[in-house]
Amino acid sequence: MRAGASRRGRGQGPADEIVPPSGHTAWLTTFTAGAMVFLCVFAVALSLASGRLAARWSAALAQTATIRLSAPPEQMQIQTDGVLSLLSETPGVASFRALDDTEQRKLLEPWFGPDLPLEDLPMPRLIEVVEDAQGYDDEGLRQRLAAEAPGAVLDDHTRWRQPLVEAASRLRLLGVLSILLIGAAMAAMITLAANASLAANAEVIRVLRLVGAKDSYIARAFVRRFTIRALTGALVGACAGLVGVAMLPAAGPAGGFLAGLGFSGVEWLWPLLLPPLAAIVAFLATRRAAFAKLKELT
Amino acid sequence: MIAFENVAYGYGGASLLSDVSLRLLPGSFHFLTGPSGAGKSTVLKLAYAELMPTSGRISLFDRDVRSLSRDDVARTRRRIGIVHQDCKFLDHLPLSANLGLPFTVAERESDPQDLRALLDWVGLSQLHDALPPTLSGGERQRAALARAVIGGPDVILADEPTGNVDWDMSLRLLALLVELNRMGKTVLVATHDLNLIRQAKSQVSARVLRIAQQRIQVAGADL
Ligand SMILES: Nc1ncnc2c1ncn2[C@@H]1O[C@H](COP(=O)(O)OP(=O)(O)O)[C@@H](O)[C@H]1O
Ligand SMILES: [Mg+2]
Repeated sequence: MRAGASRRGRGQGPADEIVPPSGHTAWLTTFTAGAMVFLCVFAVALSLASGRLAARWSAALAQTATIRLSAPPEQMQIQTDGVLSLLSETPGVASFRALDDTEQRKLLEPWFGPDLPLEDLPMPRLIEVVEDAQGYDDEGLRQRLAAEAPGAVLDDHTRWRQPLVEAASRLRLLGVLSILLIGAAMAAMITLAANASLAANAEVIRVLRLVGAKDSYIARAFVRRFTIRALTGALVGACAGLVGVAMLPAAGPAGGFLAGLGFSGVEWLWPLLLPPLAAIVAFLATRRAAFAKLKELT
Repeated sequence: MIAFENVAYGYGGASLLSDVSLRLLPGSFHFLTGPSGAGKSTVLKLAYAELMPTSGRISLFDRDVRSLSRDDVARTRRRIGIVHQDCKFLDHLPLSANLGLPFTVAERESDPQDLRALLDWVGLSQLHDALPPTLSGGERQRAALARAVIGGPDVILADEPTGNVDWDMSLRLLALLVELNRMGKTVLVATHDLNLIRQAKSQVSARVLRIAQQRIQVAGADL
């Protein structure tokens, strides 16, 4: 008999059973948390994938540009020297070098074969430019090149990706925003459900207050219940979301952005943070709702 | 224990009580009477801080009710056993759990032996596991009384404890209240049943307070 009583330890059990079990509202909270976390997994995948893309593309941006210099044969060496000395004074240029004939021939080999008589052709001189982290002012460089060597063309072949990097960064921002919105919507829905549950149990709450229950004690019964429901739903939602992402077609070598949507390596661990996070959101939302409602009720 | 000084109260503007003063000394037994709608239940609600006076001062255990936080109110109620007019049980919990509520919400352990002794005392031992909706009016009232005393309160406030029961059961409940008073509890019973008060006079030295014209008067001559 005594054993039965000692099971009523501090803070476990009793607070829960004191509020009558509620039927379908319990389901709503679990379902909402599940659906929200499911969506959240995709938002996380979107953020990570676009972040990855932005990083990859901007790394490519930081690579090389090429200056193509065409000039009459007698001018070629003078203009090449002019361009090289101009580059050495240009801020934002990490290194540069003129390709020699052997290298240039190699570049052309795939198109013309190994036996190209390079000497007989009016070949432009290629100068490889590597920019540093800050990068150079490409408009300024173009103008000064035009003054130094009218036949020089700056081909910064990776710059076209700049808008794509911006788009990817923007996409990531949207993903993060979606995660926040999903969290806020879940908090709002759980608050509504908690309020409905508190209102439905107004009579029970009145009895508890009458026998000397503190708000924190009553709130705990509700908070516990909603937190557990949200956690349960969130676990199911996260698993479903992970399965969904895993079933997306894998990113092949030719994979575009969509095929890259997914997790790689440790990124698979990110969605595992969602259920505890959902539980924390539910905990805070229910707690706030409970204390406000309790003041209103008694 | 509980003191009202020039207390006024009204629901939504209309004045119900004005200039009410009363003092419950430790170990005293009081009846509060008056016609239906005179404000007996209201006085009790003021006495357990469910309502706040619109003017005047109410002290519970020497503390002004206005200075009590919500947690203070909860703690104060653990020293007051309330027998409500309509009992107020949690219908989904068996009687034993309902009686143990004051312990449960205070997060203290209740002694099952005490619980059984208490159920014996009010004659409900065989209903240990019964759900409240299955109880009769008299059983509910006795159970409510048992719950009010289980936590060892200093004061017992009972609102029409004999409202829904026959005369024999009324006498039985009265006997329980008198016994509690002999054990040193301060008791205040609100009732419109003058027969009950007359019956009590032979068992206990009770003062009878009467609400009339929004005030409390000490009655006696008319009983
Ligand atoms: N919550 C309330 N809101 C408005 N009026 C109330 C409320 N409770 C009681 N009253 C009114 O106050 C008066 C006194 O009620 P009550 O204290 O219950 O009287 P008694 O217990 O003596 O019968 C009654 O007229 C009743 O209608
Ligand atoms: Mg009444």
